[in-house]
This record gives sequence, C-alpha cells and structure tokens, in this order.
Amino acid sequence: MTTAVVRALGALAHETAHARPGPRCVCPEPAVLADRADGTVVRCGPVVAKAHAAGTDTAALSARLGLAAGPALAGVLLAPLPIRSPEDRAGHGDASPYLAESHGRPVTLWPYGEPVDPGNPDEAPWEATAVLLARLHRTGIRTGRSTPGGPSGPAAVPAMRGPAKAALAVARMRAARPGERTTAPVLAAWRGLPPWARDEAPAPGHRAHLLCHGDLHLGQLVRHPAPHGPWLLIDVDDAGPGDPAWDLARPAAWYAAGLLPPEVWFRFLDAYRAAGGPAVRAEGDPWPELDVAARALTVQTAALALAKSAAEHRAPDEVEQVMIDACARIAALPPELTAEHSS
Amino acid sequence: MQCPKCHAQMQTYNRNGIQIEQCSGCRGIFLDYGELESLTRVEAQWTQQAPPAPPAPQAYPAAPAPAWGAPQHHGGHHQGHYRQKSFGRMLFSS
Repeated sequence: MTTAVVRALGALAHETAHARPGPRCVCPEPAVLADRADGTVVRCGPVVAKAHAAGTDTAALSARLGLAAGPALAGVLLAPLPIRSPEDRAGHGDASPYLAESHGRPVTLWPYGEPVDPGNPDEAPWEATAVLLARLHRTGIRTGRSTPGGPSGPAAVPAMRGPAKAALAVARMRAARPGERTTAPVLAAWRGLPPWARDEAPAPGHRAHLLCHGDLHLGQLVRHPAPHGPWLLIDVDDAGPGDPAWDLARPAAWYAAGLLPPEVWFRFLDAYRAAGGPAVRAEGDPWPELDVAARALTVQTAALALAKSAAEHRAPDEVEQVMIDACARIAALPPELTAEHSS
Repeated sequence: MQCPKCHAQMQTYNRNGIQIEQCSGCRGIFLDYGELESLTRVEAQWTQQAPPAPPAPQAYPAAPAPAWGAPQHHGGHHQGHYRQKSFGRMLFSS
C-alpha cells in the first residue's frame, strides 16, 4: 500500500513538473524523501508531493494551506502549488485548491527546496530560523477568539498542535513500554505540566494566540529556490494560534538538557530577540516564558526516544538518555521552583 | 516565615548549595545575610567556566538555564554531544 502511495505521489509530482508532458521526457525518477505513516514525501525534479497522515482533519489542513499560500506569510512559509488537474482535487467545489487525495490520504504539492545538511549541524541556519519564527509570531493573524463579532472567515486556522503532539508522544511511549520502570521519570515530568501543555485545556493568556509553527526542528527549513534561495519554513500541519514559546522550546530543551552548546543557543535566542520576536521578554531571563513549553518538549523528546528504541529492540542511546535524565530532574523539582504560574 | 510583601508562607529551598526562601504566593525570593555574595560567587564561577560569552547586550547576564537544567549549566563539564550522530538525528525529527 505504501508503494502504491509512493507511485501515486511520483506520478502527481511528475505531471505537475511538466507544463506539457511530451514524448521526450528527461525527468529524473521520482525519489522518496520520507516515508512514514504521518508523512510520505516524493520528489520529481522541481516538485515534491506529500501524502499526509490518514485521518488528517482536511478542513484544518485546508485552512493551514491557505495560510502558507497567502501573501501575509510570503518569505516566511514555503507556499504550496495548486492542484492543476480537477480529477486529482480532494472533495467538492468548496475544497482547497491545494488539496488532492490519494489512497485515502490528503496530498499536497510543493516546490522543491534545499534542506539543511544533516551531516553538518555547524552550518545549520540558527539565526535565519530565529528570524523566520519572529516574523511568523508577529504576523498578527487573528483567530476566532479575538474577533468577537463572529467567525473570522472560512479559513480560521485551528490551534497550534504542539501540546497535542506531546500528548501523542506520551501515549506512544506508554503503548510501546507498558508499565516499564524506564518510563517513570518521563511520566512524572508529564504529570507536573499544567493541563494546557498536556492538551487537556485551552492555552491561557493573551500571549497564547499568536501564530506558531507547532513542530519546529532543523528538518523544517528549506532554501527556495534551491539551492541558494532564502530559508523558508515548511510543514504547516501543526501550525496555528498558540503560545509562541512552543516554537523556541525544542532548542531550549536541547540546551537545558546539555545537548545544544550554549553559544548555539544564544545565537538562536539573540537573533530571535533582535528580530522583535514576542515569545520571550526583550532582555533578561527568558525562562519564565520558556519553562513550561521546554519541559513539555523535553518530555516529548524523551517519550519518543523510549518509543522508538523499544520498536528497535534496544535501550535508549547516550543522547536519548540525556533527555530522559532531564525528565528526572524536572520530576524532582518542587512545584514552586517552576515558572508555571508566570506569564 | 511570612513573605514581607504579600504575607503568604515562605518555603526554604537549596539551590546550588545556597539556602533560599521563596514565597508560595508571589514567588518572591528572600536572601539571608551572605547569600547574595554566595550567589555572586557561583555566578562568577559559571561565567569563568562558560565558553566565550556571547555578545549579550543585557546589563545583567541572563539566567543560564532553568532549575532543571543539566549539571554542566551549574558548573559541571560540557559533554560534547553536539557532533554525535544520535543528536544529529534528534535535531531533524519531530
């Protein structure tokens, strides 16, 4: 079945890459860039086709695609390509022009962008990432909640899915290692988080309604046009209004755990502040704003490490153990020394 | 002990070997005689051991890490995981 999806994506990317498919086609063979249950990505030359997870909320995805295609975020988010052929379009007349369907999964098309080289983390564009996040957080996209006059139009974007993803990671760990003692520090750190960070309540406060990416990591950046264009954020599947600290929280969690060197963390944080990013105060200690989200991302990372290592029939490796150890320290904190109540 | 500001109960914690009192209400912190000097000493140790300080424009150095941060943020040694393959994978995955 996966192969069928890959073939369909390759064909769709191929037909989109051609203005007029001719007999003398010199296109490269479609190449699989990723093949997971939550995202299968196939490239054919300048076009990339992505099959989203089965069961994706297509109305929510349509709204998020509208965001990426709109002029307000040009230069921040990579814009999707419209689905040219009517028979590939998902749904009926009111469906998104950017949404196709294949084998029961929503499919989107994108221009190819050059990703960050995973073999060379020293070259990672931390400053560019920070500036893109600051611009995203400052776009002032209004949500339903902030327009008391009624719904904010057909394309109201649902909440950022960061807390939902953290909850999913914990559920996945529980299923992979039921009742195992190794999961205890992760579960204890999880229980110490406020309900909104566990996706059990809406996020509180005025800061909680800025536009966020929702799943920021170094795989979420590409240069477009490839290979030397400016950096852009990709993957809007989890984007929406929420606490922007969530987008800073993964690097913050790596730094707090001792994995990300201080100089890299401060390059990222300083660039975000210099670009007017609203997630943390302009100067001084950023941790009152970062604390809850960084703890949640620490739990999420440790939970996924335990789930993945269980699936591979191995113990967590040294780096994964660093994140589990951070959970143990979080779990040992007296509640008064966490910044849960601030901001 | 009661908080001098909001009169809620204060609780004692040990942070980096220094006793501090924190208010359970407003979360303000009370330092005894000599504790500020102890904190300044710990802070000086940290800045000495830290790699070349970033060009921070702040008048007061930002707190290095949260209370649950790794031991190296509190004077330990950095373990150099940055170039390990496993961390490389973590940098690129959800």
